[in-house]
Amino acid sequence: MKYIDEFRDGQVAQGLAARIRQEVEPGRDYALMEFCGGHTHAICRYGIEDLLPDKVRLIHGPGCPVCVLPSGRLQSAIDLVEKEQVILCSYGDLLRVPGAQGDTLLKAKARGANVQMVYSISDALDIARAQPDRQVVFFAIGFETTTPPTAVAILQARREGLRNFSVYCNHVLTPPALRAILANHRPVSLAEVGSGKREHGTLDGCIGPAHVSTIIGSEPYQFVAAEYRHPLVIAGFEPLDVLQAILLLIRQINAGEAKVENEYTRAVTPEGNRKAQRLMAEVFLLRPSFEWRGLGELPDSALAIRPEFAEWDAERRFTIRAIQAADHKACACAEVLRGIKRPQDCKVFSTACTPDHPLGSCMVSAEGACAAHYHYGRFRQAAA
Amino acid sequence: MNLTRQRFAHPLDVKNGCIELTHGGGGRAMAQLIEELFLAAFDNDWLRAQDDCARLPVCGGRLVMATDSHVVSPLFFPGGDIGCLSVHGTINDVAMSGAQPLYLAATFILEEGFPLADLKKIVDSMAQAARQAGVPIVTGDTKVVERGKGDGVFITTTGVGVIPPGVEISASRAKPGDAILISGALGDHGMAVLSQRENLSFDSPIVSDTAALHELVAAMIQVAPGIHCLRDPTRGGLGSALNEIAQQSGVGMRLREAAIPVHEPVRALCEFLGLDPLYVANEGKLLVICPTELAEAVLAALHGHPLGREAAIIGDVVEDRHGFVEMETTFGGRRLVDWLSGEQLPRIC
Repeated sequence: MKYIDEFRDGQVAQGLAARIRQEVEPGRDYALMEFCGGHTHAICRYGIEDLLPDKVRLIHGPGCPVCVLPSGRLQSAIDLVEKEQVILCSYGDLLRVPGAQGDTLLKAKARGANVQMVYSISDALDIARAQPDRQVVFFAIGFETTTPPTAVAILQARREGLRNFSVYCNHVLTPPALRAILANHRPVSLAEVGSGKREHGTLDGCIGPAHVSTIIGSEPYQFVAAEYRHPLVIAGFEPLDVLQAILLLIRQINAGEAKVENEYTRAVTPEGNRKAQRLMAEVFLLRPSFEWRGLGELPDSALAIRPEFAEWDAERRFTIRAIQAADHKACACAEVLRGIKRPQDCKVFSTACTPDHPLGSCMVSAEGACAAHYHYGRFRQAAA
Repeated sequence: MNLTRQRFAHPLDVKNGCIELTHGGGGRAMAQLIEELFLAAFDNDWLRAQDDCARLPVCGGRLVMATDSHVVSPLFFPGGDIGCLSVHGTINDVAMSGAQPLYLAATFILEEGFPLADLKKIVDSMAQAARQAGVPIVTGDTKVVERGKGDGVFITTTGVGVIPPGVEISASRAKPGDAILISGALGDHGMAVLSQRENLSFDSPIVSDTAALHELVAAMIQVAPGIHCLRDPTRGGLGSALNEIAQQSGVGMRLREAAIPVHEPVRALCEFLGLDPLYVANEGKLLVICPTELAEAVLAALHGHPLGREAAIIGDVVEDRHGFVEMETTFGGRRLVDWLSGEQLPRIC
């Protein structure tokens, strides 16, 4: 496959891995967080850890849209589809995410609710056009990558006067989540570097988002370097992108630098996609605060639909009950999402919580840290 | 005067007619459907006897029996349809024991309103597949359900066959040191069907690999009767089939990703939808596990048959108390090839 195979070349990978081995400094280790689930998936799927020296440790971040949706918002969607008799269109992964008491959209579907899996929001528009006597609600989730298509769909619905279509908006923003993560981690101290031992919760650098950055650009990450003194390298989702970003981070760390670098220059510019940003600004506004699974309430971290599009806002069109649902007691998703625990540190990982019976959201999506480790990497833990 | 002809006042209107509830009612309409559609297509002595059962000669050896229901949507897809699929599927289930498939039975559950023209296309396709495979459909049954209570047509086929002496093939026989082979490229059937689904309007050159594999099995057994396991990786794909064998045999497996054949268009469509070809369905491929000293002979037998031209040795069976199927990736790392959990879903971000 053109433009893909080049970024998965095993020979080039061996060369990069050799350079990483040469450049890691004796007596120091490197804790790097990949923010995005797309990176987590690539790391596990291609076995990237096998190519890295032990001193380089990858910490999975919270950037999986399915994972960070709080149980309450999901339970509200189940409530909406069952009480209001709407057709709820959703991406596939969301169907299996547990809401309150382990209820899921898939279970609601089996009980008779009209839940339909779609590949894109335009499929939901098609369903609304084909069934004008039914209310069709699109369950919108995701970071800045999936937000512009939602904006386009709402504008399209307004243009067509499509009155039976609306969006249950759960779009969230990357920079506030990154800020919340960094506030919980601190750069490693010189004493720790010297001793070769480090305390829990320290971080040396970040692999920055791929697709999100194509929209927002590289500029919004400057605070990572300026305020938190962490290097950040924006990287594509292919395995060579990840390895290259790791090498660039190690170089910055060795040089004592903290700056934002862009490895993904074939898609990301400093200013991002202006057109997509304009569309988002036209349709959405900031929510003062929004709950994230694992990260709690974060100010200015999510989007709501502007009042002028109220007709297409499911939260205004229907009475959507705000539901507070606690996560499963034994589930460590919150710590995993903050990078404080590894999936295998959770007591129920691969015992009570598996992809077939997920207790927490991180075990559902292929981009969730627990699911990625379970599917691709748990043999390492068995061998250890 | 030909009295048989006069039994039905009008011939079945295959061009414009459709299935009605009376076609399953046990009366004259059903008799006509069977005679003019099923019997005409599958024609053989056992069916012509028109009894409720087929009387078959019993031969020595071990009898194999397998049954498989087919509910594919869409009913017609590039490279095949539910008709030939239902013949191939059951022949392959019988053949994976090393048996020579002998006879098939077919049950149709038809939905009221289903066009007779479509039914005829499906039945003709079954007849052709059975004839090509040399495995006759000797008995059957038809039921009609009300409109809205079926999905056009469901077909269940049951097959019997006989295992030649000296052949012991079972998913519990894989042993550490055995070689793992695949008869060809993965994922053609699953992606051909998926590309035809209503909400995925792709133009793709992918066609289903649906085929009867019993001749390929016979060719391998002739040169290597000591094969340990055979499996056709249908739903759940190669990944699930290997995990089933690993569990039943109490062993682990080590695969080499670079050796696993996948056609370029399948790889591209999987990439686009975020699917893994290792878990996509096949309907004309088989997986072989055999002692390593037989591997080259089995590979040569596969390469010598049109259905096995792209066969490859893709890994080894190892000792592993966890029963893990691991794979060395083309990138140089390792990953687990786990059971498929749920349906494969497209990625969203």
